[in-house]
Amino acid sequence: MRLVRRDAPSALRSVAAVSVACVIALGLASLIFLALGRNPLEAYRAMVVGAFGSWYGLSESLVRMVPLGLCALGIALAARMGLWNIGAEGQLVAGAIAATWVALFLRPPDWSMVWLVALAAACAGALWATLASVLRAWIGVSEILSTLMLNYVAQACLEYLVYGPWKGPDRFPYTVYFPQSAWLPLWPGTRIHPGLVALVVLAVLLWVLLKTTRLGFEIRLTGDSPSASDYAGVPARSNIVLVMAISGALAGLAGMFEVTGLEHRLPHAVAPGFGYTAIIVAWLARRHMLGCLLVALVFGGLIVGGEDVQITLRIPQGAVGVLQGLLFVSVLGAEVFEHHEVRWGRR
Amino acid sequence: MDRGRRAPDAPPPPECALELRGIQKRFGQFRALAAASLSLWKGEIHAVVGENGAGKSTLMNVATGIYQPDGGEVLVNGIPVRLSSPRRARELGIGMVHPHFLLARRHTVLDNVLLGLPGVPVLPDRKALGERIRGLAGRYGLPVDPDAFVWQLSVGEQQRVEIVKTLIHDARILILDEPTAVLTPSEAGELFGVLRRLKADGTSIVFISHKLEELLEISDRISIMRCGETVGTVTTRSTTTGELARLMVGRDVVLDQTPGAPAARGTARPLLTVSGLSAINDRGVPALKDVSFDLWPGEIVAIAGISGNGQTELTEILYGSRAPVSGSFRLGCDAAPVTMSPRRAIGSGISFIPADRRRTGTAPGLSITDNLLLKSYREPPYCRAGFLDRRAMHDHAAELVDTYEIRCACLDQPAGTLSGGNLQKVIIARELARSPSILIAVCPCRGLDVGSIETVRRILLAARDRGTGVILVSEDLDEVFCLGDRIAVLCGGALVGPFPAGEVDRVSVGLMMAGARCGKEGTDASRPA
Repeated sequence: MRLVRRDAPSALRSVAAVSVACVIALGLASLIFLALGRNPLEAYRAMVVGAFGSWYGLSESLVRMVPLGLCALGIALAARMGLWNIGAEGQLVAGAIAATWVALFLRPPDWSMVWLVALAAACAGALWATLASVLRAWIGVSEILSTLMLNYVAQACLEYLVYGPWKGPDRFPYTVYFPQSAWLPLWPGTRIHPGLVALVVLAVLLWVLLKTTRLGFEIRLTGDSPSASDYAGVPARSNIVLVMAISGALAGLAGMFEVTGLEHRLPHAVAPGFGYTAIIVAWLARRHMLGCLLVALVFGGLIVGGEDVQITLRIPQGAVGVLQGLLFVSVLGAEVFEHHEVRWGRR
Repeated sequence: MDRGRRAPDAPPPPECALELRGIQKRFGQFRALAAASLSLWKGEIHAVVGENGAGKSTLMNVATGIYQPDGGEVLVNGIPVRLSSPRRARELGIGMVHPHFLLARRHTVLDNVLLGLPGVPVLPDRKALGERIRGLAGRYGLPVDPDAFVWQLSVGEQQRVEIVKTLIHDARILILDEPTAVLTPSEAGELFGVLRRLKADGTSIVFISHKLEELLEISDRISIMRCGETVGTVTTRSTTTGELARLMVGRDVVLDQTPGAPAARGTARPLLTVSGLSAINDRGVPALKDVSFDLWPGEIVAIAGISGNGQTELTEILYGSRAPVSGSFRLGCDAAPVTMSPRRAIGSGISFIPADRRRTGTAPGLSITDNLLLKSYREPPYCRAGFLDRRAMHDHAAELVDTYEIRCACLDQPAGTLSGGNLQKVIIARELARSPSILIAVCPCRGLDVGSIETVRRILLAARDRGTGVILVSEDLDEVFCLGDRIAVLCGGALVGPFPAGEVDRVSVGLMMAGARCGKEGTDASRPA
């Protein structure tokens, strides 16, 4: 067997490659389920039904889609410019902290509450990303390391606050509930909050930004060839800071929606790995803004379906993580088959 | 024994070291090779010529196992073989020097040589290898520092590393794809010495080049390719440049374009006045020493020199992508020296054709349209209030593709898929479309076929006649003397000249390029018109 390079892949070929990759991942994960003594087909069926088979399941998948999608959009945007934002997790936490501060301590008038909360969260997320981007733009510190490290700093700050000064009256690491004016309205009978609308609108806006604006052109140019970008006179430093700030703001908003839409207070576990899973989402979506929506929905469903089979079939949580990882690896591997043709035999 | 200079047409037919028969290769819809063949005799230097896109490089990639042919046969020493990989080709003694370098930029020369060696132990003997490199380098006159990082080297120096990499494998069949494109005439002469020595040792050499005089000098036989086919093989002794050019292009070609007299200066003022410019290179070593000259409207100042003598630094400073250590330059009537940046250069009407086409001059993954608008995208009518006007961009690109005869399937095609000549046309089209007052062109014809060189030279002369001041940095003496109104030489970071073209000859310029001080020290800032 050998691989022969081919021209730009057709859309059909891309879809086929990704589909085959998913089947392979599911096949491999089946072995794990079998080893656990569970019928894999039954497990997959239960997961799909749990995630998308009922209005309740679908609504919960959509709820998980919001933070995944918002973080993935930011990661994908930075990636288009050649920047690795591994820090969506920390930027999400920073957003949640800022939102909590406004809701609990600044206490603006009711009519302005949600807007100020959102603004504060976006600014905090952007600021958290800016710490890394300024180091990158002026001193050349790798943003991969700095954004990753800042995740731990953000989580430590969060834990200090909810175990310490911001701790509520009961024994648990939560703040007190926000005033009602900071609670986002929910779709009746579900936990779907306006974050879903915001996610779709932002995805379309970013898609338009990349395709039709000057900044979008510069992002694509820098991502493709930094030296050509310098040659064309693109302001590299300010663009790095700007794009990372947008990226961080999106993750900050995700944190805001988690606390004002769902929890209504700040828990110590506001970011159970959304920022990391979003990296997978962005890569599986090939850094495409609208693709992020679709993949985020699938991964939202994977979380919900995974929780479901934990309860109904008593499959451990780790097995679902393994499935996620297998999907990631095999879809990344599929990129090879998009750009190469497989030939069998000699010559 | 006649030291390797075997009469190539003497009967009986000599043994073939490498034979390619009826090779076919398609890329999608594009037929790169139709019926290409080549028979390389043992111990000969066999040149391959053809226009850009004729299939020379593709054929050589088949011969080195990089591409698998769709049809045809490959024979090494008369035995049919399947070159399943570059490694297999290397095992069979086939080595290749590529036109664009396959070097890991962040590693040292030694690391790069090490990468290509088979059976390297976990802890290689770096010292011994360094000695071997120095030995080879000394023996063949290819000075390279094994401990230098590749990114610090000029294009010419990187080429030397590529050649050393092949020599270290003791290849019996050596394929050189445009090896002299980046070398000066004297360096090329040294390379020819290396090749003749290798030939005398019995090595068979395939030599691809666009420079016909060079082929006539070095080769024993010449194969001509056109549109993916081998149209003929001739014995070098019985052919001429004119015949070769005609075979390649299918028509007569005029390369020696006699430029008209440059525009009279009259009351005009210089476009650019450079005074006392000094700079250091990426390694922190002084690269420019007190360079001064001026540039007037409607003239071409040709700066000759071997690459790595400060050309990169000088052009980058003028374009604003590098800061000088001391010295300054002024634009037009401005009294104050400018602090330049690429953005300001673009705004002040300075166009720049950089040496590195594939990464700096173009963004390979972006479309041809985007690349043609790499500098104009932020200005109206292409951009209004931060939004791009895709329609205006497309129309402008279509017009340029038409005017400059850029051969492409469609405007949305990634620029990286274009051949070298077409890519250069994209850059030239973009830079000249902005009607620059100053054009800095670094080796604009490097690696182009005779047809394209003719076009590029005509374009540069036309720009000059419209009043553009052109700074032409070149390693090619033919080009320097064909186009330059004034000629300067950059050697070791110091600029000699510029002199009016009539006052210097090729020998003295060649000597100055090689480092000899010029006898006539009268640097003339004010040339008699």
